[in-house]
Amino acid sequence: MHNDQDKNLIEILDGNVLVDIAKYTNYVSDPQAGAITTFSGTTRDTFDGKTVVELRYEAYVPMAVRQIQAICSSARATWKIHAISVAHRLVHHADALDACKFMIDELKATVPIWKKEVYSNGEVWKENPEFMERRSMEPAGKAVDAPNVACRRICCGAKSKVSDESTACEMNLE
Amino acid sequence: MAAVELKTGNGDAKPVGNATTSSVNVRVLFFARARDLTGTADTLLEVTSGSTAGDCLKELIARFPALEEIRECMVLALNEEYTSDSAVVKENDELAIIPPISGG
Repeated sequence: MHNDQDKNLIEILDGNVLVDIAKYTNYVSDPQAGAITTFSGTTRDTFDGKTVVELRYEAYVPMAVRQIQAICSSARATWKIHAISVAHRLVHHADALDACKFMIDELKATVPIWKKEVYSNGEVWKENPEFMERRSMEPAGKAVDAPNVACRRICCGAKSKVSDESTACEMNLE
Repeated sequence: MAAVELKTGNGDAKPVGNATTSSVNVRVLFFARARDLTGTADTLLEVTSGSTAGDCLKELIARFPALEEIRECMVLALNEEYTSDSAVVKENDELAIIPPISGG
């Protein structure tokens, strides 16, 4: 379970706040660390040929933080990790080394954060396939132990991206 | 002589020791599509003591029939943890309706 001495920084950020990557990198930096891996999720401006005019996020913040903590604990059970920092910006994703990819997969499957794409002619709440798969396997939707097999793909194909960043996951490995 | 009569909140005199309440109040949060369907971000639910999360959901769907749309793909959270339908709810618990998520 979650150990209070684990060095985890977890933040759910308001949309108006820019992700300060340096803050998260500095948090995980340590002379005893052998590597730092970073995942930065970005938002796309088109989906299925439709232009996305706006992304709206919302979150069940206390539970989202709790779930991310559980994911950090699961990652630590499989890999030797010194420090982890996770920031999810609620404005409006996914591939680094195995530990980072696992964490993003788990976040997409279990962390209560939602995104709505607003087009010029309508809007839709997005649904992560990872959540639907997990729900059919394990109704309670708990964070699971890291798999030993190679991680599966998340991304649904090449799309154009905008440079504004929504998710940053930094960790260093011992 | 003054007769001392012990009363419960509903005015009936009951013997000392019967401290069981017959109902519990649960706060319910609606997120994303669930909030769109109910028109509200939260509500208070009063259910019989011993009711489960599943019982609460039935009550919520009776009150907000539009929730039927996401009944098969939602999950429930009780006090910030995912829960099953059979979990018993207690006074002041917080139940959240979690439609399919899209963070990351």
